Amino acid sequence: MWNFIVRNVAQRLILLVIVSFLAHSFIHLAPGEPSEVDPMNPRMKPEDIAKIRAAFHLDDPLYVQYAYWIRDLASGELKSFKDSQPVLPKIWDRFLNSLPLFILATILVWTWAFPAGIYGAVFRGGLYDRLTVFSSYALISVPGFFLSFLAILWVVGWLGVPVISIKTFGMEHAQPAYQMMDRIWHLVIPSLMTAIGGIAVLSRYVRSQMLEVLSQDYVRTARAKGLQEDTVIYGHALGNALLPFVTMFGLLLPGLIGGSVIFEQIFAWPGLGRLAYEAILSRDFPIIMTLNFIAAVLTLLGTLISDILYAVVDPRIRLH
Amino acid sequence: MNHSKTGASLKTKVASLDAEGLAPQETPWEEFLRVFTKDYQALFGFWVLVLLLLMALTGKVLTEWWVVFDPEAVRLTDKFLPPLSVPSPDSIPEDRPFGGIYLMGTDELGRDVFARMFQGSFVSLSIGFVAVGISLGIGILLGGLSGFYGHVKLWFITVDTLIMRFTDAMMCFPTFFLILTAVALLPPSIYTIMIIIGLFSWMGTARFVRAEFLSIREQDYVTAAKALGIPEGRIIFRHMVPNALAPVFVSATIGVASAILTESGLSFLGFGVPPPYATWGNILSDGKGFVFDAPWLFFIPGLAIFLVVLAFNLVGEGLREALNPKLRSR
Repeated sequence: MWNFIVRNVAQRLILLVIVSFLAHSFIHLAPGEPSEVDPMNPRMKPEDIAKIRAAFHLDDPLYVQYAYWIRDLASGELKSFKDSQPVLPKIWDRFLNSLPLFILATILVWTWAFPAGIYGAVFRGGLYDRLTVFSSYALISVPGFFLSFLAILWVVGWLGVPVISIKTFGMEHAQPAYQMMDRIWHLVIPSLMTAIGGIAVLSRYVRSQMLEVLSQDYVRTARAKGLQEDTVIYGHALGNALLPFVTMFGLLLPGLIGGSVIFEQIFAWPGLGRLAYEAILSRDFPIIMTLNFIAAVLTLLGTLISDILYAVVDPRIRLH
Repeated sequence: MNHSKTGASLKTKVASLDAEGLAPQETPWEEFLRVFTKDYQALFGFWVLVLLLLMALTGKVLTEWWVVFDPEAVRLTDKFLPPLSVPSPDSIPEDRPFGGIYLMGTDELGRDVFARMFQGSFVSLSIGFVAVGISLGIGILLGGLSGFYGHVKLWFITVDTLIMRFTDAMMCFPTFFLILTAVALLPPSIYTIMIIIGLFSWMGTARFVRAEFLSIREQDYVTAAKALGIPEGRIIFRHMVPNALAPVFVSATIGVASAILTESGLSFLGFGVPPPYATWGNILSDGKGFVFDAPWLFFIPGLAIFLVVLAFNLVGEGLREALNPKLRSR
């Protein structure tokens, strides 16, 4: 077991190095420059641009820039190009904003997808199964922002509930209960919209996994023994069917940044995705690089944890 | 090698099997057709796609080469006309739409939405196909290399380790954010978008082409081909690639769908295909500002994207069922 963990950690460390190279080079291979954001500004003289470039080390070769980036990142002194604020606290603030959205969306995904998928597999070919399979196709096919706009129109128009941004402006003096409700309303619709794609995809995985397991010989044996159908499904089949999903926890993490760009933009949610979008608009290289890097590190961590969990619950893995 | 002789002996063999009633009941192609045509959802998707393809081709012809529908004609007298309305009497006669009717209404500049959707169908589809073509090319190349030449040592690491660690590292990044970053930093153009979407979505293909190759490499027919002294290139492309292609084909179908969705997402954020081209994504994202005043500008492209992406997904799933006997027999 320790052997397994050590080997996995070592592999992840090597990957971490590659990832940091990639995160750095993606940005610098593209021709856009932070000094070109405002080319029409008459006060920007060539010497100013040269000064800016020197201050941001943009004239140095790539590997020197990489070294500067790693050094500043490690010492926590990395500053944003845009406003010279330290990058890490900035990201941390936005991360705290994104967190409730992410947690609620994850809870929605995992509590809806599993029952839907399992039920569909158990009653394969029935009306419910066909309905859920078709609606999961429909849900992955609709552009997320189209659906979100419809949701905003309906929720705001019919229910009269505000959903844009993190809370209603000017609610500071209201009763705590009202403030609470206001926050919850603002949270529910964006998380539901973020979760819908995940529910559709995951429920299909669960369904096919469950079908796979239900066709195994040991399930037939269990049935042949005359066990109750419920015991067969929930006692024998379910555990094995759910095993691979331990690994999926890790793959959820990158969605924290990547999947949220569009939704946070629609709902004006001041989270990580919006920070990323703003950083891209202003060519704020340190923030873009660090966000990419953090997303990748989170994924690495997630897969590491899930691999170890997988090895704990399934002894077959450890032997490989 | 005496091909004619083996061919002849195979024929006699098949004939003898036929006589005994042991020949396969149907060819793989017949089997595929039987399963696929029974799947109503996939069949529906298939016909939608055929229709779409026809529409894209006629759209290309009728809006660019032999202009019957002019997607760029601006008619300020005819702004925000709802679908099925006729041009106002004071509009310029030469600029009136074909048939004298705006089938899908007009937008904020009085452009004919039907003509724009017509033109956009070709652009949207070609973004999907080119992006998937690029990602398949890279995926098959890298996956095939690491599946077939994986054990070869380069200096101190194997080819397999090198390629797969790179793939793993690429998979760690949030794809949409990467695409967004690259598209935003590069000069805006339709080709940038196609290429970038393709360059950042090959990882899945590479991984399962590798897995397919690893298992196919151990099959008897590959050993037989090696024993016959057939050159490696021919073994790979003539014998192994066709057998590894079925799952790739499925993922390509679904890849086109997700490329179209990605393009519309980029358009929404303002980094889509720049103006002279209309795509469904940028018609939709232009229309989102007029949801109340001109709902057709929002709903027509939105539902069109939905329908087409759904069709691609259904066909992909139908192909998966039809090409994979393991999924079916249950």
